[in-house]
Amino acid sequence: MATIAKPENLVYERPQAFTEFPTHYCPGCTHGVAHRLIAETLDEMNITDHAIGVAPVGCSVFAYNYFDCDFVEAAHGRAPAMATGIKRVLPDRVVFSYQGDGDLASIGMAEIMHAAGRGENLTVIFINNAIYGMTGGQMAPTSLPGMKTTSSPLGRDVELQGYPLRMSEILANLDGAGYIVRRSLHNPANIRKAKKAIRTAFETQVHGLGFSMVELLSTCPTNWGISPLESLTWLEEHMIPAFPLGDYKVAPGVAEIKV
Amino acid sequence: MARELLKGNAAIAEAAIRAGLEAYFGYPITPQTEVLEHFARRMPELGRVFVQAESEVAAINMVYGAACTGVRVMSTSSSPGVSLMLEGLSYIIGTEVPVVLVNVMRGGPGLGNIAPSQGDYNQAVHGGGHGDYNLIVLAPSTVQEAIDLTALSFDLAERYRTVCMLIADGSIGQMMEPAELPEMKPVKRKNWDWATNGAIGRKRRVLSSIYIDPNDEEVANLRMYRRWEEIQKNEVRYKEYYLEDAEFVVVGFGTAGRVALSAVRAARQQGLKVGLLRPIAVSPFPYEVLDELSKRASAFLVVEMNMGQMLNDVQLASKGRIPVEFYGRPGGMVPFPDEISSEIERIATTKLEIVADPRHAWAERLAAILEEG
Repeated sequence: MATIAKPENLVYERPQAFTEFPTHYCPGCTHGVAHRLIAETLDEMNITDHAIGVAPVGCSVFAYNYFDCDFVEAAHGRAPAMATGIKRVLPDRVVFSYQGDGDLASIGMAEIMHAAGRGENLTVIFINNAIYGMTGGQMAPTSLPGMKTTSSPLGRDVELQGYPLRMSEILANLDGAGYIVRRSLHNPANIRKAKKAIRTAFETQVHGLGFSMVELLSTCPTNWGISPLESLTWLEEHMIPAFPLGDYKVAPGVAEIKV
Repeated sequence: MARELLKGNAAIAEAAIRAGLEAYFGYPITPQTEVLEHFARRMPELGRVFVQAESEVAAINMVYGAACTGVRVMSTSSSPGVSLMLEGLSYIIGTEVPVVLVNVMRGGPGLGNIAPSQGDYNQAVHGGGHGDYNLIVLAPSTVQEAIDLTALSFDLAERYRTVCMLIADGSIGQMMEPAELPEMKPVKRKNWDWATNGAIGRKRRVLSSIYIDPNDEEVANLRMYRRWEEIQKNEVRYKEYYLEDAEFVVVGFGTAGRVALSAVRAARQQGLKVGLLRPIAVSPFPYEVLDELSKRASAFLVVEMNMGQMLNDVQLASKGRIPVEFYGRPGGMVPFPDEISSEIERIATTKLEIVADPRHAWAERLAAILEEG
């Protein structure tokens, strides 16, 4: 590969923890950003060779192609159970799942609740884009009231289809949870905060301080039916009020971790 | 090791521990709960993994995760719980990782009851989970056999990178009888070249049941099928009783086979030339031995604790040469030896016909018996 920058001028490169496999995500989707933040964290902590990822069913079903660490592919919603099985027999490995809102908050509700309740030393990266991406834009458990999807074509009617679930708030109530925060990927300042949270989540696991999850508010321009740029604005204006950013659980031991 | 009085469920658990089990994930359900309880006490004291999962769905997926790391892992359940596990079972088989699963079968369908049953034969042997797969299914008829087959299951699962399922019924799980446990084998982690246990000093590995390109899935399906052919060639297991000169052959597995043996012995004492074939592996099924027997016997009698499931495999093996009669008690009922003795007598003294579905005739007689009360 041609050298395009002198090392001293290099400001941006592929993290070592990434493979060279091109991602399949739609233009403007924030999965790529979330992936990169995880890869940078694996690099910084120098844990890629000890990491085992658990990919979900959903848009990120192929996540195992992009990280240069061991990976398994779970059934829909079962990633926290599979991760539990791995972590219990290999407690010195760093085990993380990557899950969307349908996977984690709908079909996998029992598995995520009990993994957190048991205080499994796992790290979960939770992508909340308020819609089912892979199957083409159906209503998710995190879809906003009034939000139009292919399975709520007139808009989510809370009388008939209920209200969105706020997973960080729910999981933060569990004693087994060590670190539960919600961040957003809609602009550079928030992406930097998300990166710090992901690092803290992995540190929580390495320190044996219990279950850790970072919820990342994300965009889905394709299924939202708006441009990538409009998606970022829509996230900021509609999703953040419904899913407030913040730290929902920071166990005392986690608070002492400096990243 | 000395023979001791052992309960089937606890014996299965201890046999697995002594075979080098590193992790157990399960959920309570009658009549298998004592398996889980035995592990709950023994695994922590040995420094091994025990997790009571939130459901059978979670349990089988914890098993799936642990299996991907290459350790010896198992779960146990009973019929309704196994139904919940079939999603995970299909993924495990599709990923080609070794797992041992025990079904202590109870009466069904639905919530059914907690009495011994063989109603899950078809679920175990002929699918249940989605997709195109086969698995090894072993059926013990005594506590001793449950111990021996549990230990064997781990070897088979690893040798063929598949699921080895043990189908015991509630009576095997609940009964106590003298049996001998094997010596404790040390836990040995094998250096599998497929295990996802962290890419330390090697290239990364991925374990998955996904083949998004049908061309690749076809190759994977064929690979698994070719392995199944190897299993069929090497792993047929059965036990023969009084078959050398048998004119009538009773076929039964597990507890039904054990009860049938009492009836066969009684019939022999009366001078009837009757024998018993008891499949120990119901998958792969002993088609060839039944094929040969159908060339010299004049009738088969299939005895099951269901409404006729293994029956179809026996019919397939007999190729329509001889009548295949059926006697089954479904719903958690266990036949007494004299019931089977009467059937043997009926078969020996009646002119039988080859029919497509022998269950009809039995259903008529069973309905009449139940009406009489």
